[in-house]
Amino acid sequence: MTPGAHPRPAGLLARVFSTDHKVIGKQYLFTGIFFLFFAGLMALLIRWQLAYPFRSVPLVGGLLFGKGGIMGGEHYTMLFTMHGSLMVFFAVTPILIGAMGNFVVPLQIGARDMAYPRLNATSYWILFAGGLVMAASFFVPGGAASAGWTNYPPLSSDRGVTLGQGQTLWLLGIVLAGTSTLLGAINFVATILNLRAPGMTLRRLPLATWSYFFTSVLNVLWVPVVAAALILVLLDRVAGTSFFLAGANAPFEGGQPLLYQHLFWGFGHPEVYILILPVWGILSDLLSVFSRKPAFGYRVSVIAMAAIVAVSGIVWGHHMFTSGMSPLLGKAFVLLTLAVSVPTALLFLNWLGTLWKGSIRFEPPMVYALGIVFVFAVGGLTGVFNALQAFDIYIHDTYFVVAHFHYTLAASVFLGSFAAISYWFPKMFGRRMNARLSVVHFLLSFLLLNVVFLAMFRMGIAGMPRRVADPFVYEYLQPMRGWSVLAGWGTLGLGLVQLLFAWDFFRSLRAGPAAPANPWGAATLEWSVASPPPPHNFERTPRVAGGPHEYGRPGPGGRDWVPQDEEVSLT
Amino acid sequence: MGFPEDASLHGHLLDRLYGHAFWLTLAAFLAVVAILGWCLVRYRARPGRLPTYTHGSGRGALLLSLGLAFAVFVGIDLNLALEDHRVFDALVGTPPDPAKAFRIQVMPQQFVWNVRYPGEDGEFGTDDDLTTLNQIHVPAGRPVLVELRSMDVVHSFFLPHFRIKQDALPGLTTRAYFQATKTGTYEVACAELCGLEHYRMRGFLHVGSEEEVAEWIARTREEYGADQELWRAWTRMKRESD
Repeated sequence: MTPGAHPRPAGLLARVFSTDHKVIGKQYLFTGIFFLFFAGLMALLIRWQLAYPFRSVPLVGGLLFGKGGIMGGEHYTMLFTMHGSLMVFFAVTPILIGAMGNFVVPLQIGARDMAYPRLNATSYWILFAGGLVMAASFFVPGGAASAGWTNYPPLSSDRGVTLGQGQTLWLLGIVLAGTSTLLGAINFVATILNLRAPGMTLRRLPLATWSYFFTSVLNVLWVPVVAAALILVLLDRVAGTSFFLAGANAPFEGGQPLLYQHLFWGFGHPEVYILILPVWGILSDLLSVFSRKPAFGYRVSVIAMAAIVAVSGIVWGHHMFTSGMSPLLGKAFVLLTLAVSVPTALLFLNWLGTLWKGSIRFEPPMVYALGIVFVFAVGGLTGVFNALQAFDIYIHDTYFVVAHFHYTLAASVFLGSFAAISYWFPKMFGRRMNARLSVVHFLLSFLLLNVVFLAMFRMGIAGMPRRVADPFVYEYLQPMRGWSVLAGWGTLGLGLVQLLFAWDFFRSLRAGPAAPANPWGAATLEWSVASPPPPHNFERTPRVAGGPHEYGRPGPGGRDWVPQDEEVSLT
Repeated sequence: MGFPEDASLHGHLLDRLYGHAFWLTLAAFLAVVAILGWCLVRYRARPGRLPTYTHGSGRGALLLSLGLAFAVFVGIDLNLALEDHRVFDALVGTPPDPAKAFRIQVMPQQFVWNVRYPGEDGEFGTDDDLTTLNQIHVPAGRPVLVELRSMDVVHSFFLPHFRIKQDALPGLTTRAYFQATKTGTYEVACAELCGLEHYRMRGFLHVGSEEEVAEWIARTREEYGADQELWRAWTRMKRESD
């Protein structure tokens, strides 16, 4: 089938296994929200245990952990392993890249679909299969995986150590999710390079689409690395090989546990940029739309994102400063990691420059976007501490690191997801969400996530190790009890506040007021078609005549923007 | 600043590095928040006021970008990297002379710390060794050299009061060193997930005078001696190439 030649859906089967990027985007969205819900509940259980270690969990304790409702060290270990794995691979990636990328990118570049529609559907269904495997892993003998989302061997690969079949299923599930991501990324790269409408030069691409391009390049480069590493762990686990096994328990000589860490973080550090790049791109576009000003320093922003893509593959060593690496090599990683702050600072300059002398409208997507500038400043700047080898040795594997990556990968990424959902919801579903509820949801989420993650920084400075079921077995951590209780109640509040969003989201799907084609007065191509767009997106291929952010220029009919497909005289 | 008490010779260098990074990043953060806040108030949409149509792509914006890039790279990156380089060399980059240091071997296994003292001959694996479980006795005022090697999975030897942490891996020897300045009992934490009971992997580091430590070692050896059977695991794991 040629891209764009969608027949009307014939029946249920054709609708479920649709090749329409908009339908697939929605499938990713609901799948991501489903896993976000469960991975979020796991966070509540984790923080309960840390606030009140080995005390009966209210309401659900008896059901989950048996008589007494007390979670054991094994439950706790499985919970944080699955929380991290599901959040990264089955919640954030599907929502931010699978859903938003799929829905938005073809529309923004004026294409009728992705380059490979059937491959696109295949990507989604592979993720779906991966999700089933992950869900099943909770119900097999020995329970779910328990080696952390980083899955270090020999802990993860030695069947004498992690007995559960859940560990094996975890490896399978993550390899499936990785395969899905890889196929999707190839599709994004091909689509963005080849399916742009006439006139949509690279210099006219909206920054969101640029960010999906960069993210996809990183996925194509690095997901195969982690997939290969995980398949080798799987072989060590089920086929008796010794790729990452050493010492007395290894069947063969010559295996090397450290090699896995290099392969994992070789992917793992680019992965954090994979997840944050779309947030940067979306943020850049939203600040422009709602300041009614062109994105400040567009070219510098693109170059900055490209620079981060280039350097992201050679900074992984800062995750391994305590592994006993050569001090000289470590110092190279220190400087390379710190250098990431230069392009990041330029992005901040451009975000603030976009606001400067604008006419700022506090619509819900903008409110979320402004929140990202704040929390990403905290997340980015605390990255500096992790880059410093000497200091990192102290905070490595403590709550300082947990707080840092939750500011970036939880706070920034979820505020970014909320911004994206609230911005494109009218386009996706043809209805509008409730603006007042969204703003309340933002304010409470913003307050509570800062409470939770700042408390984690405090505990990290005190030297609290992560992944410990009861940190208070350590005498030196006794003064942190109050902070842990605060983080516990903060997380509960944060969880409850999300119900506001969920209620508004699902209610607006059916009962929200009908949305016009262009509710925000935005210039990019997706707003030039109806909400929701017709199956083939564009009645006729749009001809792009200008840049993506032409705001603040008086146009016909009192309009203050110029749509990308509109010719204007330059007078 | 909220760290645990510093009982080491070099820990204060690290605490100071943290302080410098803290004030620098705080200044950058406040600058971002101040400009953000100012823009939100000053440039909020109001009837009759138009935004300024600019792409920020002119000479001025380019110079501003270059200036900021330079300021961040020199003022934050190079500045902190140089201090980090110095602190790192003082803290972990310069191993003590093994002949003068107090040497021990630590071989973690799920979920305990096995400790071995070389005895008077200074050699590990001889009859005058002492092996203990979770109890480490070291003298104050003398560099301590810890050799680490895991029996099973990856563990991490973390001394919060001495600001050091070193992973222990199977099949590979790693080293950690520190010098205690205060006597007392401190905790050893495992900082790398090592299994379902990772949280119970707590050890103790007792810092005493040279005499006290020597006396304790002699007394405990009388009582327990050395479990060389267990410690065969250390040498058995040694490969030809080591």
